[in-house]
Amino acid sequence: MNPATCGRRDPRVAFAGTLLLAVALALAPFAVGAGAGIAWVRVIDFALLYIMLALGLNIVVGFAGLLDLGYIAFYAVGAYLYALLSSPHLAGAFPSLAPGLHWPVWAVLPLGALVAGGFGVILGAPTLRLRGDYLAIVTLGFGEIIRIFLNNLNRPVNLTNGPQGITQIDPIDIGGVSLGSTLEVFGIAVPSVYLYYYLFLAATLLVIFVSIRLEDSRIGRAWVAIREDEIAAKACGINTRNVKLLAFAMGASFGGVAGGLFAGFQQFVSPESFTLLESIMVLCMVVLGGMGHIPGVIFGGVLLTLLPEALRYGAGPVQTALFGKVLIPPESLRMLLFGLALILVMLYRPAGLWPSAIRRREFAGAGRSVEGDRE
Amino acid sequence: MDTFIQQIINGLVLGSIYALVALGYTMVYGILGLINFAHGEVVMVGALTALSIVKVLSGSGLPGPVVALLGLMGAVPVCMALGFTIERVAYRPLRNAPRLAPLITAIGVSIVLQQLMMLGWGSTYLSFPQLFSAQPHSLMGASINDLQIMIICVAGAMMVGLVLLMQKTRIGRAMRATAENPAMASLMGVNVNRIISFTFVIGSALAAVAGLMVSANYSIAHYSMGFMLGLKAFTAAVLGGIGNLAGAMLGGVLLGLIESLGSGYISDLTGGVLGSNYRDVFAFFVLILVLVLRPSGLMGERVSERA
Repeated sequence: MNPATCGRRDPRVAFAGTLLLAVALALAPFAVGAGAGIAWVRVIDFALLYIMLALGLNIVVGFAGLLDLGYIAFYAVGAYLYALLSSPHLAGAFPSLAPGLHWPVWAVLPLGALVAGGFGVILGAPTLRLRGDYLAIVTLGFGEIIRIFLNNLNRPVNLTNGPQGITQIDPIDIGGVSLGSTLEVFGIAVPSVYLYYYLFLAATLLVIFVSIRLEDSRIGRAWVAIREDEIAAKACGINTRNVKLLAFAMGASFGGVAGGLFAGFQQFVSPESFTLLESIMVLCMVVLGGMGHIPGVIFGGVLLTLLPEALRYGAGPVQTALFGKVLIPPESLRMLLFGLALILVMLYRPAGLWPSAIRRREFAGAGRSVEGDRE
Repeated sequence: MDTFIQQIINGLVLGSIYALVALGYTMVYGILGLINFAHGEVVMVGALTALSIVKVLSGSGLPGPVVALLGLMGAVPVCMALGFTIERVAYRPLRNAPRLAPLITAIGVSIVLQQLMMLGWGSTYLSFPQLFSAQPHSLMGASINDLQIMIICVAGAMMVGLVLLMQKTRIGRAMRATAENPAMASLMGVNVNRIISFTFVIGSALAAVAGLMVSANYSIAHYSMGFMLGLKAFTAAVLGGIGNLAGAMLGGVLLGLIESLGSGYISDLTGGVLGSNYRDVFAFFVLILVLVLRPSGLMGERVSERA
């Protein structure tokens, strides 16, 4: 610890910084809405959702070192649970339930976390004793299975409404205030997307807080120990199977909550939102940002939600200016850049763009230590 | 009974394609202990390359089998070069890196290949010209056409060829030695890097053949076809015991049969509740079952649990 870093931890400076950040975050939607249009506030809402997802996946991939390629399935579970429990949809299949279920959000979100966590355990229990790369494939398969079921469970009983998805989902309602419509506060009209921004911000802060506390806890250290060397961790008395399961369930429940918020925000869910590409996108956020480093993962989430939007608006005109026509559609360009970024970051900055200090040292020494492992 | 035989035939055709792709996974795994995630995309590149050649030549009046052969002669070298490049760019620099690193670059390679092929070939489903007569022959009450016979025979021949290559030639012996122990093999004068490249090249050649077969069989090719096929072939490799050549062949054929019989009978078995639209689910259930009940696969040795 050198004096320079100690100086930065001055409590007064830290307090002022936090205050400044809080004010900036509180005013952000108004500033962005006025400056760039309300569509960008929506983009920020999605960025917050993705940050939650990325932090959830970070527990599994970053802390415990288990590669999960089907993470979006837990998001889907949370979203569909919310959709079924807060929409008129089920009344179609079961007339006795008319006018459908309309559970309050406080019941649905924890239930979503619980059910998604349960799915995490179901998936993890048989597979976690396997090697890392097997786990990757099984989770990938699991993600696809969930999507296939969502697509086909409209027969014999119409549970998911198949590829059309579920519509007319209730907007999130907090203490009698619906976030789905503009709210008048002290004479200022606050549009729905702004309200969701504050809700998502609160949820994200909670997720960040839980992540930080988990990382510093006994469990968090156990995860890191397993990531570093499973056999050594076992020898130190860690019940590796249970601790790994816990990581899986924990990550999954974060995904479930984010899914519920997503369903309430969109008021519509369909299997299209839960493809493998989404899983990979969340994984990209974790990997590019810096596996296991919370600020890095948040940075990755923001970067990868804002960049594609910028590409959507910028790529077309730039290509037209350069070549006279659009050579590569923005959507492909985005995927191409994702793919290239995954390869290049792994080759040149394997610890991510903003790695933690420990991780950076670890990767610097990886060449030597792993050589020994492989006999 | 007729439908049963028919499903067996369909399953064998599908299974021999899976087996060819599974061999690519299993050979690489045997030597490097690495799942070559991008292998499915190599199949896709092979299929689309062959499709383009076949489309150009199919109007020329050449007989179907010759056109197919010319398509292969174009697709095989392309895929070989691709396999070689993938190994060089995405895997070799990371050989001593943590395990997750090459998996992630492999996902990156898959995405890039898919997008590049989509830019070149478009995002629509392309129809594959009919090269063989569709006239079915009857066999024990079921029907089989020329294409299906060709697929089974060619796949069988390639597998025999591969076994001969591995068992009888100098380079095959070097491959087996490298799989056994790379450090020891290099002490015995085997150029391990060259053997690894060769393994990727052979696997990719098999993938190119499989690509042509699968698109001819379904008369369709698409830039995203490689993903699901790769996943199933990987399942086949795991089912047979990953790292084991005979296991990959057995696993491929078995998985083909399971899938074909499963999607043929699921509707009857469940009283019409589940239909054949669940066919893609079978492979995953098989995969999960194998991993739970017998992680080393049918013919494999015990898989180490080292993470």
